[in-house]
Amino acid sequence: MAAETPVIDAAARASLWMQPHRIALILIALVVVVASIFLMRWDWLPAYLPLALQGIWRTIWLLVVTSVLGIALAIPLGLAQVIGPPILSVPAKVFCTIIRGTPLLLQLWLLYYGLGSLFPQFPWIRESFLWPILRQAWPYAVLSLTISYAGYEGEVMRGAFAGVPLGQLEAARAFGMSRWKIFRRIWLPQAISRALPTLAGETVLQLKATPLVATITMVDIYAVASRVRQDLFITYEPLLLLALVYMSITGILVFGFRRLEARIPSKLG
Amino acid sequence: MFGASSLELLSFEPPNGRGLNLLHGLANSVGIAFGSFGVGLVIGVGGAYGKLYGGPVVRDLLEVYTTVVRAVPELVLILLLYFAGTDLINQLLTALGYAAIDINGVVAGIGVLGVVQGAYSTEVLRGAIRAIPQGQIEAARAYGMPPGLLLRRITLPAMLPFAIPGLANLWLIATKDTALLAIVGVNELTQTTRTAAGATKAYFTFFMAAGALYLVLTLVSNIAIGRVERWARRGMPSIAGSH
Repeated sequence: MAAETPVIDAAARASLWMQPHRIALILIALVVVVASIFLMRWDWLPAYLPLALQGIWRTIWLLVVTSVLGIALAIPLGLAQVIGPPILSVPAKVFCTIIRGTPLLLQLWLLYYGLGSLFPQFPWIRESFLWPILRQAWPYAVLSLTISYAGYEGEVMRGAFAGVPLGQLEAARAFGMSRWKIFRRIWLPQAISRALPTLAGETVLQLKATPLVATITMVDIYAVASRVRQDLFITYEPLLLLALVYMSITGILVFGFRRLEARIPSKLG
Repeated sequence: MFGASSLELLSFEPPNGRGLNLLHGLANSVGIAFGSFGVGLVIGVGGAYGKLYGGPVVRDLLEVYTTVVRAVPELVLILLLYFAGTDLINQLLTALGYAAIDINGVVAGIGVLGVVQGAYSTEVLRGAIRAIPQGQIEAARAYGMPPGLLLRRITLPAMLPFAIPGLANLWLIATKDTALLAIVGVNELTQTTRTAAGATKAYFTFFMAAGALYLVLTLVSNIAIGRVERWARRGMPSIAGSH
């Protein structure tokens, strides 16, 4: 069947998508949305809008920073597990197992409450220039989300590195490329392009992990919604809006990764 | 910081030791994970059937369900479903003339996480059912098997080997997602740990101990999953080495 219709033009695809029942469903959804706009309480929105925008910015900032740092850690972690000597591969394996085997919320609280109660006992830490930073919540949030992402992605990168065909690396060696050049030109790009679909999913999971930082007093968009709930005793409106915000960010992420995947020419055997 | 006094806090003797509290929390966590995984499986089988064989409206609604649940953080869903669920049940009870009840945290946790798990298992099981050689299902239909028998005798056993890696992942996610219920005050392992740590100020000791318990749970699960996978794959050629 697929062979008979290799190319469906945009109009045909739209008419295929816009079946009668879909139009009915969309109309019902619209009615629900309009009803919720008029029947629910939204008068608090203007007052909290600046805080909400700042919260959204903080969520996105946290996502980007921890994902980039996490992947930077994950590449050596994956590499160590594939070609590292036991002295590197065993600790990398143990690290990934521990991070993947315990809940992120527990790791976050261990770092925040544990380190947070430990640091003040040392006078030299309290007198150091870092102390004003270490007293805040965000370093612990960044640290724990980064190592969590690194733990999961270390495992993904291990699979990706191991999945690059050996012949490619042998061919590169036969061309007389140095080890670093083989890694930079052949191994890493192919591993990344293999891992990209998984990384897209994992980054969405990372986005969904960011609201946990609200439990250690960092004010992201989730914390803003909780504050509205506590200030005004309205439960559903902020949570529904919150769900909408996260769905939008997820949509943008998925779209972005799809564009990125399309740009990489891939012919996987 | 890991002196004898802090290890004493983990002992099972009631006045100072809080080891029993942690084990009680672990039992609750495992119970919630089991329950929500089971609820998720039931939703998943129904959802996968709906997505594969259902009418257009059912299919679209299920698509909305799985997309929304997989795009919104578990924490937000837990709060929404927890508040909305308990609200709805109590309003229903008062409308029927009964007194409002206080819903048990464990039961609420199972329900809420079950709905979340259901979306993921719908996708896993849908993929697994599609991986079955379709001739097997057609043959069963040709024999005149009713749908229930077909599900029990053919579809479920035949899809199991394809579904187990995904389901194993879901089980591990379920055990770790129980920690999120600490936010709504359900008395599971993370919540009891936080209470104990806050009361004694021995944060490192208790969070490390809880982490070790979660890790043991994961490692034991991995061994069990390996056994189940071998059992489900019995009689099938192994993937490794077949090229």
